[in-house]
Amino acid sequence: METKTNSKLEKIFKSGAMAVTSECGPPRSSDPAHIITKGHLIKNHVDAINITDNQTSVTRLCSLAACIHLKLEGMEPVLQMVVRDRNRIALQADILGAASFGINNVLCLSGDHQSFGDHPKAQNVFDLDSMQLVQTVRHMRDEGKFLSGDEIKKAPNLFVGAAANPFADPFKIRVPRLAKKIAAGAEFIQTQCVYNLDKFELWMKGVVERGLHEKVFIMPGITPMRSVGMAKYMARAVPGMDVPEELIKRLSGVPKDKQAEEGVTIAVEAIQRLKECKGVSGFHIMAIEWEEKVPEIVERSGLYPRPVVG
Amino acid sequence: MIVGQQKPFDEIWEMVKGHKQLTVFGCNTCVAVCHQGGNKEAEILASLLRMRATQEGVNIEIKNGGIERQCEHPFFESAKDLLGESEAVLSMACGIGVQFVAEKYMNTPVYPALNTTFLGDVKTDWHFTEKCQACGDCILGVTGGVCPVSRCCKRLFNGPCGGSSKGKCEISKELDCAWQLVVDRLEALGKMDDYEKIAPIKDWSKDRAGGPRSFKLEGF
Repeated sequence: METKTNSKLEKIFKSGAMAVTSECGPPRSSDPAHIITKGHLIKNHVDAINITDNQTSVTRLCSLAACIHLKLEGMEPVLQMVVRDRNRIALQADILGAASFGINNVLCLSGDHQSFGDHPKAQNVFDLDSMQLVQTVRHMRDEGKFLSGDEIKKAPNLFVGAAANPFADPFKIRVPRLAKKIAAGAEFIQTQCVYNLDKFELWMKGVVERGLHEKVFIMPGITPMRSVGMAKYMARAVPGMDVPEELIKRLSGVPKDKQAEEGVTIAVEAIQRLKECKGVSGFHIMAIEWEEKVPEIVERSGLYPRPVVG
Repeated sequence: MIVGQQKPFDEIWEMVKGHKQLTVFGCNTCVAVCHQGGNKEAEILASLLRMRATQEGVNIEIKNGGIERQCEHPFFESAKDLLGESEAVLSMACGIGVQFVAEKYMNTPVYPALNTTFLGDVKTDWHFTEKCQACGDCILGVTGGVCPVSRCCKRLFNGPCGGSSKGKCEISKELDCAWQLVVDRLEALGKMDDYEKIAPIKDWSKDRAGGPRSFKLEGF
């Protein structure tokens, strides 16, 4: 098994096992205790933990610092980086900074538009796009150079991921878009939350037809619904989210105090079904502000215990 | 063309109310097309300001006038006397015109009546939309003639983000997703394979980021 980085995630993928990641959002505070606690809640049940980067454009403790906190606690963080807030100078600087702390994974994203967040009057940067950030990290790692062409004395050695949303439009370019991200250098993919399993499988069929699953490790995103209200909100208000009517009906059909449990069961069923889907290499479980449910989901899905890699 | 929108009337009034004399000065090209800053709009705005002055018991003499374009010297000939005698000028031009007047009349306060909003087209007589950000390095040739710099709210160069839904942008259901339009065009042109070419990292030094831009014609 040949790995390019020290990433535990890369090692697990390449061992042939299903990988499991989860994610934690940093606090809106300078106190890191919250995110450290969240990390400890899930660390034995996942292989790596994504740290979101000012998600939904709301200002928080920065992703890099939060990753360092988890790393110092012996966890394996995935540094999420959006191109909304930093230009190529700052992005490359943060990549070096992350590598200097032994952070082994990065997920390259565009980032939600700032109009959704707490500073809608902010300027946005978008010097690079997410695909070009993937290229940048690979260039820094593989060529040992900055974008400027200048040499990096000790290149950052990160395992590079990107996102995909099979449910956004236009659907016909969603497989080509994945191909483009792979060509840019993406090594693993975490997808938008999957609720419409049929559509996800249709997308995966296109992915497999082009052999893309052999070039990248794909992890469908799984987010348990806590209530029918959450499901309706996601269906209505979150752009690019596909929540089928049957799912809303199913949650509506159970009493309010049992909806969260039903939401977890739906998530477990989704994982069990998608485990059989050709080209799926693992799962990215995003239990939004509900991290304590991650161990249960992992266990009930038959993904526990997690493999140990050297 | 350059599209502008008149500032709120109260904001304009606050800027100019301290003067004894004011000339409301129209620019009769781009900003006249969008009915915001032409000579006709200058006349209307001057009337409104006179009424406000009367209401508030403020003594200002308000004249109005205008020229075809406030961004080129020759057009100023006809307004030489009017501007020369003005204590202050409320320019109805875009930001270019306002600065041009300020540069020509070093000792005359010049105020903008408009917010210069964008470079855009005239979809209908009353509907204008942004189409260009003058980034200095046009890529319309590879994006099916649709500009992602000005029309994608994240100015993405390699395709739609995950927020594109039913042809609309994640920030507004009123806004077309630029990349949906690019893809539609590439498909119509039979050039869908071009979508998978990775757009190179942009040289923003040709944009605003590189500092104020200018160019000179050699041997002209």
